[in-house]
Amino acid sequence: MFKIAYYPGCSGQGTSLEYDMSTRAVCKALDVELVEIPDWSCCGSSPAHTVNHVLSAALSARNLAQVEVMGMDKVTTPCPSCLTNLRTAAHKMESPEFRGKVNALLDVPCNGNVDAQSVLQVLAENVDPELIKSKVVRPLTGIKIACYYGCIMNRPPELMRFDHHENPMAMDNLMIALGAEVVPFPLKVECCGASYGIPRGDIVMRLSGKLLDAGRDVGADAFVTACPLCQMNLDLRQGQINRALHEKFRIPVFYYTQLLGYALGLDRAVLGFEKLCVDPRLALGKIKQPAQAR
Amino acid sequence: MRIGVFICHCGSNIAGTVDCPSVAATALTYPDVVFSTDTMYACSEPGQDAIIQAIKEKNLDGVVVASCTPRMHEPTFRRTVERAGLNRYMFEMANIREHVSWIGKSKDLNTGKAAELVRMAVEKLRRDKPLIPKRFETVKRVLVIGGGVAGIQAALDCADGGQEVIMVEREQTIGGKMAKLDKTFPTVDCSSCVLGPKMVDIAQHPNITLYACSEIEAVGGYVGNFQITIRKKATYVNWKDCTGCGLCVEKCPSRKLPDKFNEGLCNAPSINIPFPQAIPKKAAINAESCLMLTKGKCGLCAKVCPVKCIDFEQKDELINVDVGAIVVATGYDLFDWHKYPQYGEGRYPDVVTSMQYERMLSASGPTGGHVKRPSDGKEPKNVVFIQCVGSRDKSVDRPYCSGFCCMYTAKQTILTKDHIPDSQSYVFYMDIRSPGKLYDEFVRRAMEEYGAQYVRGRVSMIYPKGDKLIVRGADTLAGTQVEVPADLVVLAVGAESAKGAVQLGEKLRVAPDQYGFFVESHPKLKPVETNTAGVFLAGACQGPKDIPASVSQGSAAASKVLGLLSKKELESDPAVSRVNPARCVGCGKCIQTCPFGAIKEVQDRFGNPKAEVIDTVCQGCGICTVTCPQGAIQLEHFTDNQILAEVIALCPPKMFANYE
Repeated sequence: MFKIAYYPGCSGQGTSLEYDMSTRAVCKALDVELVEIPDWSCCGSSPAHTVNHVLSAALSARNLAQVEVMGMDKVTTPCPSCLTNLRTAAHKMESPEFRGKVNALLDVPCNGNVDAQSVLQVLAENVDPELIKSKVVRPLTGIKIACYYGCIMNRPPELMRFDHHENPMAMDNLMIALGAEVVPFPLKVECCGASYGIPRGDIVMRLSGKLLDAGRDVGADAFVTACPLCQMNLDLRQGQINRALHEKFRIPVFYYTQLLGYALGLDRAVLGFEKLCVDPRLALGKIKQPAQAR
Repeated sequence: MRIGVFICHCGSNIAGTVDCPSVAATALTYPDVVFSTDTMYACSEPGQDAIIQAIKEKNLDGVVVASCTPRMHEPTFRRTVERAGLNRYMFEMANIREHVSWIGKSKDLNTGKAAELVRMAVEKLRRDKPLIPKRFETVKRVLVIGGGVAGIQAALDCADGGQEVIMVEREQTIGGKMAKLDKTFPTVDCSSCVLGPKMVDIAQHPNITLYACSEIEAVGGYVGNFQITIRKKATYVNWKDCTGCGLCVEKCPSRKLPDKFNEGLCNAPSINIPFPQAIPKKAAINAESCLMLTKGKCGLCAKVCPVKCIDFEQKDELINVDVGAIVVATGYDLFDWHKYPQYGEGRYPDVVTSMQYERMLSASGPTGGHVKRPSDGKEPKNVVFIQCVGSRDKSVDRPYCSGFCCMYTAKQTILTKDHIPDSQSYVFYMDIRSPGKLYDEFVRRAMEEYGAQYVRGRVSMIYPKGDKLIVRGADTLAGTQVEVPADLVVLAVGAESAKGAVQLGEKLRVAPDQYGFFVESHPKLKPVETNTAGVFLAGACQGPKDIPASVSQGSAAASKVLGLLSKKELESDPAVSRVNPARCVGCGKCIQTCPFGAIKEVQDRFGNPKAEVIDTVCQGCGICTVTCPQGAIQLEHFTDNQILAEVIALCPPKMFANYE
């Protein structure tokens, strides 16, 4: 049993509830114990660091300090944006001067000794791929998947230090282990438009539209993502994109944990497929049913 | 002993912050100093004349000059004292420019320090003794390593100068990178037509012996007397008999290996002649893919060979030669662009390197001179060139400019338009660097007459879309992002040091720089010399170079070789180590520690082991002297006593309070 502190992040409580649910479910199934940080708060998300670096770091540092109080030195989060904030805060606090400014804002001082990792990294580095393979009861045979990592999961490489920043393979390898056919998706680390969805919808239409277009080009039945914002832009806004670009995309966008849970045979109720906007049934229908399962 | 001291002003270089007359006056108080003066420029003709005059008039036994670094003028002043009849080792130099005037601001402190340095020199000079160099004969033969255009030029010049030349080439043919090129800039003339005749000259010159498919196994000896071992690799073809008819190449059934000469654009048979103008034009078998050598069946080439020259039993051969000088012309390698994942890491077949493109353009290339996309064989219309792939990029450890990529890209855009008149070339560049004769005009022509679109900015990524490649980059002049749909992308790859260069450098005792290129003796004034006497550099093994520069260096290296070998005898530096056999216990520690292999074990007449220094190999580094537990080795001109005298002059210990 591998034990690690868990930081769900705000989106896990709302827009990406199904990501949080499925993450908890698959980690349990793969013997990774997630210990949720008590009384965790927002990491600062995208706005804080544009206003004040110290405030932004303090918001994340508060959560890191909680991990230290828990007596742990490693925390994992499903959300790449939360991860960026946690890692950036820890990195900046290596400067004693900056750490002083941050700790002045905190009730419990943060030493910055906590290493934050994405759930994807934890699964890729701490779970034996053979174990995953052995636990697969519904192999994803027959479905063609484009793995989309988003622009901040692996970048900047000096900060994130996980996988390759131009051509990451962790999610691809995971999906291959589950039996899916992974199509070579060339834009796996491109930006989807991120939080511009609200002030500048046109940008998201263009950038996310390009991603969907490239996915269709390489023949993907579905996308898998590891980022709540990416998922939202591609999935929730797919209708908007279609209207803006006069397209007819209908590609479901899963969280990788959902498909992982599906392959592991977990109860559909904990995977939250019904929360997806683009109906996933057509894509899931491509998966060949194993002969002995039914 | 009678010593004369000269304090040089070096204009204001020294006199600006050192009170030279005062230093000269202080020097007169030092032991054995009978004459001391200051002089405006000691190295000038009147300055040297004054030294000679003082030696003669004052009957001096030794001279100290306090001026600039010995690197600059020690040989000058040694010749000066020699002209006045003294031994050249009865001269000492104090560096009061780099060590004093250039680094200190206080005139008082500087003057005191200069006087102390002069005192050290005087104390050392008092213990100097005349040294006489040994003379030795040289072997009138040159080794040229590498048969690219620089090596070819050096070999031909040496051979025309009457020297015997041994050329060793690692590949099956000489010609190097230039032989692979279709055209050359800025004249757009046929590369192999220019180089071909020179390659033939190498084969036919009576003074040149060519060993292809060979490498340098070992290097021994010293300037004028190098002993070289060449490993002639097994080609499984008896080259004495092979006529290069090519029948075997035609019949060979195994075609699995990527063709090296054609940059992997096509496959080559296991028995092969690289290209029609190859020198030597002999077939060679690749042992890795040959069915006979790997599986013991086939042997078709042996059956069809009209002169029966196939020999599957052939083994590597070691050849020993003595040479007097060595020219290293091992060239460069192209940067492996797979370090750029954003350009596809080899996932997209229509992303090719500049050298692959060159082979496509070449009439003798795999496509017969027709530009075809590797993926589907279609003729590309939009060709995108990306410059600085593996140049000027710290992130891949290639911060240096490779120098020739701007020019060959311009050439390739011109050739593209010539081959495909309705094509459009785009060039993503950082700066255009075209400083050679007629170079900038050439780039302008590519832009203005041939309509190549130059976009200033780096490419962030290439990705496929349908049957096109989308090249996304920045236009930093327009300040926008640009996306170009390309049919073919050509990466202008930069240069890096040749594989194996560092290992060869170890054998030759030539140091590589941090990127593996060989270091020249002086970047401006000794560009083809190395710090190992008798070993010279030519071409891109010293740093990326284009053809004109490589040829110039080939000729320059040859002129150095001819100058060296025109002397009947060479002098060896007498400032080498000496073993005192009475003290030597024959432990051999010095033999292990000598980086030049200059110490050997001998036996005295009682059969006891003793160390002996080979004068001509010893470089006078002194490592052996500090290693010897007995203190039996002393470095002439830098003996323990001489160095101690300097130290004591600088900081006399208390027990020597009244030290002279």
